[in-house]
Amino acid sequence: MSGPSTYEPQTGIERWLDSRLPIARLMWDSFVDFPTPRNLNYWWTFGGILAIFLMIQIITGVVLAMHYTADVNMAFDSVQRIRRDVPFGWLIQSMHANGASFFFLAVYIHIFRGMYYGSYKAPREVLWILGVVIYLLMMATGFLGYVLPWGQMSYWGAMVITNLFGALPVVGEGIREWLWGGFSVGNATLTRFYALHFLLPFVIAGVVILHIWALHVPGNNNPTGLTVKTKKDTLPFHPYYTVKDGFAIVVFLMIYAAFVFYMPDALGHADNYIEANPLVTPSHIVPEWYYLPFYAILRAITFDIGPISAQLGGVLAMFGAIAILFVLPWLDTSPVRSMRYRPVARWFFLIFMIVCLCLGWCGANNPDDHVLGTPLKFVNFAQILTLYYFAYFLVILPVLGFTERPKERPASIEAAVLGNKPATAQPAE
Amino acid sequence: MTDQHGQEPTRRDFIYIAAGGAAAVGGALTLWPFIDQMNPAADTLALASIRVDTSPVETGQQITVMWRGGPVFIRRRTQTEIEESLAVDISALPDGLARNENLSDDAPATDENRRFTEDLLIMKGNCTHLGCVPLGEAGDYDGWYCPCHGSHYDTAGRIRRGPAPENLPVPPLRVADEANPAIVVIG
Ligand code: HEM
Ligand code: FES
Repeated sequence: MSGPSTYEPQTGIERWLDSRLPIARLMWDSFVDFPTPRNLNYWWTFGGILAIFLMIQIITGVVLAMHYTADVNMAFDSVQRIRRDVPFGWLIQSMHANGASFFFLAVYIHIFRGMYYGSYKAPREVLWILGVVIYLLMMATGFLGYVLPWGQMSYWGAMVITNLFGALPVVGEGIREWLWGGFSVGNATLTRFYALHFLLPFVIAGVVILHIWALHVPGNNNPTGLTVKTKKDTLPFHPYYTVKDGFAIVVFLMIYAAFVFYMPDALGHADNYIEANPLVTPSHIVPEWYYLPFYAILRAITFDIGPISAQLGGVLAMFGAIAILFVLPWLDTSPVRSMRYRPVARWFFLIFMIVCLCLGWCGANNPDDHVLGTPLKFVNFAQILTLYYFAYFLVILPVLGFTERPKERPASIEAAVLGNKPATAQPAE
Repeated sequence: MTDQHGQEPTRRDFIYIAAGGAAAVGGALTLWPFIDQMNPAADTLALASIRVDTSPVETGQQITVMWRGGPVFIRRRTQTEIEESLAVDISALPDGLARNENLSDDAPATDENRRFTEDLLIMKGNCTHLGCVPLGEAGDYDGWYCPCHGSHYDTAGRIRRGPAPENLPVPPLRVADEANPAIVVIG
């Protein structure tokens, strides 16, 4: 879709720069005149929301770094000092901690959007894979960041996650000590986690640039999943989508602000206000909410699978649940992109979303407790859900591509939006 | 360059291959320090042993000491606990090995191979599942119970039920000097 450039330098300075570093041309072609399908709905605004949140995290993070001390004896107090004594520290720390949650909320909506409308299918496989890379890096960054305040949840979260690597056969023990820099989670662990937590967001920013590059080659997918055929299917990015994205960003930021100002600890955990203590484990260790579905999958494998121990099996299932997203473009065999026209697949997708939410619920609960007073234990519930999670990718999507009869699709994006009426009032293009 | 085509290897080919080989080997060798720096440093390794006076620990009591950044349980077991442990059928244990660094790797998980003295049990206090600290005098086997994912250990610290794969490990232990056998060196 990236046709010939329409950028026209207006002033002498612009012409001078354009013949030396055509950066203004790049920006113009990418964010002003970029031809965008005319039917994008609000689910498409989350890309812009994510870009804003990456910036929020980097700016608030750099400011926190000016006041934070990465030492086991001082880390906890330094974060409390940021919240109580540093001018506006309460605000900036709250923006950063809640920013992580809203960043993940946005990324989950963004990913589900892609899955429903088939945005991972050809020709957007690389775009999708880069997205999964960003998501993995975000998970790593969020985990490392949560260790920094050095509360009980920080410490024990780090302990449990690093111990996952101890499950690997032969090399496990060595990898664990290598990650810790000692014989347990300690000062060496905290300082390296800090260095990496500082670094990774900039790596994310780099991959985001590749992600947008890979987007701008085939252009946006859209709710119909149809390929853009003519100019009538599109609108220029500015002003149509700058305004739409802008509106969505403002609404999303308002919800975020409600948490930042009025419920700064609602998404956190009270135990993290107790300083890390290597001798006492909190009675109930839970990760941040955005990791709960994967935590449930980890704990669902309570049985050995052939030579694979339950412990290793849980670790493999957890990482597998994310890794499987990389090959999704090749697992879904249907040539129809949008589930609007896939009457069977859309139901399985709806169940898949509910399964993911229920997995999160299982992750938040004690595995041996009963689901809503029924005889079913959370661990068994999580096992059923995990089975569906993997079946969705490995059985349902591959088979449906052959068995499902898709609904008839409109002739073009333009026809889908305007019906068969001739488009009289054409917006200026 | 056409003059090289189909000819014997030239000096340029040699330099090309030699430089490429040196770059590959050199690159790999340079990478190693950047990986190895993350391993425990010399001062961390040097902090490897502590001395503990076990005489104040009464029967039925447990103290927890910090060794290498993690907890070590020192428990003086009651007669019932010792008998319960001795009565266990080793072949039915999920982990039949002693996991005692003072013995050979294949020593069986008998009570004798786990304990320090008849009543004194000294072992690391991180669950072998994912590292939580189990609670004492708890669980279905009167030993330790790990609340994180529900592992039950018996009165010799052997895993009996739950996701943990191994018995709680016994660290290197010795009596500090014969005159004062209550002082134990861990590590
Ligand atoms: C992808 C972007 C980022 C995410 C998802 C993220 C996430 C987090 C999280 C979850 C915490 C723990 C907050 C708490 O619960 O109290 C945290 C803390 C922290 N982060 Fe980040 N962060 C990001 C970017 C950055 C950057 C770019 C920097 C520095 C340049 C940074 C510096 C810090 C510092 C110093 C802390 C400790 C203070 C505190 O706990 O509030 N972060 N981060
Ligand atoms: S850490 Fe003890 S059962 Fe998981």
